[in-house]
Amino acid sequence: MSNAIEAEGLVKRFGDTVALDGVDLAVPKGKVLGVLGPNGAGKTTAVRVLATLLRADAGSARVCGFDVRTHATTVRGLIGLTGQYASLDEDLSGTENLVLIGKLLGLSRAQARVRAADLLAQFELTEAAGRAVKTYSGGMRRRADLAAGLVGRPEVLYLDEPTTGLDPHSRNEVWSTIRGLVELGVTVLLTTQYLEEADQLADLITVIDHGRVIATGTPDDLKRRTGGQTLQVRPTLARDVSTVAAILRDLTGEPHVDLETGLLTAPVDDPMLLSTLVRRLDDAGVTVDELALRLPSLDEVFLAMTGRTRTSEGSAA
Amino acid sequence: MTTATLHIGPNQAIRHGLALAGRSVIKIRKNPESLLDVTLQPIMFLLLFVYMFGGALKGSTSEYLQFLVPGLMVQNIAFASLGTGMALNADIGKGVFDRFRSMPIARSAPLVGAVLGDIVRFVITLVVLVGFAMILGFRVQTEPVRFLIAAGLMILFGLCLCWVSVWVGMLVKTPQAVPGTLLVFIFPLTFGSNVFVDSSTMPGWLRAWVDINPVTHLTEAGRGLLLGGDWTAHAGWAFVWALGIAAVFFPLALRAYRGRVG
Ligand SMILES: Nc1ncnc2c1ncn2[C@@H]1O[C@H](COP(=O)(O)OP(=O)(O)OP(=O)(O)O)[C@@H](O)[C@H]1O
Ligand SMILES: [Mg+2]
Repeated sequence: MSNAIEAEGLVKRFGDTVALDGVDLAVPKGKVLGVLGPNGAGKTTAVRVLATLLRADAGSARVCGFDVRTHATTVRGLIGLTGQYASLDEDLSGTENLVLIGKLLGLSRAQARVRAADLLAQFELTEAAGRAVKTYSGGMRRRADLAAGLVGRPEVLYLDEPTTGLDPHSRNEVWSTIRGLVELGVTVLLTTQYLEEADQLADLITVIDHGRVIATGTPDDLKRRTGGQTLQVRPTLARDVSTVAAILRDLTGEPHVDLETGLLTAPVDDPMLLSTLVRRLDDAGVTVDELALRLPSLDEVFLAMTGRTRTSEGSAA
Repeated sequence: MTTATLHIGPNQAIRHGLALAGRSVIKIRKNPESLLDVTLQPIMFLLLFVYMFGGALKGSTSEYLQFLVPGLMVQNIAFASLGTGMALNADIGKGVFDRFRSMPIARSAPLVGAVLGDIVRFVITLVVLVGFAMILGFRVQTEPVRFLIAAGLMILFGLCLCWVSVWVGMLVKTPQAVPGTLLVFIFPLTFGSNVFVDSSTMPGWLRAWVDINPVTHLTEAGRGLLLGGDWTAHAGWAFVWALGIAAVFFPLALRAYRGRVG
């Protein structure tokens, strides 16, 4: 059993809306799967099905080999969930929330208190531990919610947009926490709006759109698959920009010129072009500060695959 | 490592229910306003019924007060059970319920927790009622232990009645719809009883209902326990009724809950 999470053909409809339209997923044990997709793609719905909160209309899913439908209780004992919408009791303090969860998971009162204090400290919430959650800032809530998902030391962790609304410091904290958990062998399914986050954390990425998986692979796979690479050239002298632009135009196509930084970029599909370029630059007597061939960013991949940037809402084709 | 499949036994289910009852109690403590109904209602009912009916029904308000208090205890418990369904209806849409449902705990635990937590509301409504009645001149004429038996029996009845409230709370869309729907049950139950008047003057059809009504039995048991007299038969009937109500409405409530949250 090498996959901690497996799903085949998940379908979920809400009235006329088809939230999941035959989704397949697989996350090997101890790996991080990043699920990317525009708003309304079905990410949260998929997480809810895998967390036994929703019943799929068709298809099946297993966590550590246990069917989410027929062995729901066993699955619940294996997973930790941090939902997109903070799922804590607003009236209770951070400590009270975590102690309650600990007690529900079978810890004694004393054990639950220790665990709550440890986790709150880990997420820098010790000062706010005694305050009602409704007085927490958005970022504090997210961190408290993440802490709540870890009380039971889950083997499989679902993180639905774990860093949305966090400042860069908190985001880094959460990232390092996730990395630490992965080192302990925890399997993570992470949905995110931030491509950088997927790039940083995920071993594998699944892109969902309109309830369908439109691509799956390692981040590098996906970048490569979206076609060509990008050539970046920055001449040492600003007056050489037009010369370089002419050469690039000749070799590949119209380059993009950033006048402020003096950086020229152009798409290439033949890596051998690089040597030709170097010779031509030499012939023209142009020296460069930067000359690189890079894979497209995930942002570019995402745009290419969904026809949307991640920030644009709705279902524009 | 292989994980054994997980099953939740009755002992664990009770532990989960108690832990979640603890949550209800914390919430009550942090939000005392939620107790307004169970504190104001008994005072209002006492003042209203004692001074409105007392002279006409028993010739004196002080005599009527003695007669009325045991029945009012039952009536206030019944009205306090309205709150359970309302609170759960509001609670269930919140994210924290997703958290409970994603944990390996008994399915019924959040509902059981809410119902058990309402023991606090029942105790408070009884304390306010009897305390205020004593200011007005009410006296328990038996030993304190009999008072405790009466209170315990009424609270048990209230806990069972709560499952009707939970059931309705799971079926209606908004918390506000709970009392409207539930009063259809609560009114015939509390007013169609011997809480306020003796059933001997009622027409046959009404009397037939009043005489089997659990509130009647509980009130009679309460009068026997607080004022003196036989109480065991009535207590027995009230007990059977309470268990019967729970046996019917606990599964209904659970089914409605499953239907609602999936
Ligand atoms: N309970 C529901 N009732 C009706 N429609 C729903 C429900 N939950 C989700 N949907 C619909 O299903 C689709 C997928 O929603 P989902 O929340 O899974 O998207 P998402 O990928 O998580 O989006 P976001 O990035 O905005 O969080 C959407 O069209 C949404 O409106
Ligand atoms: Mg979502």
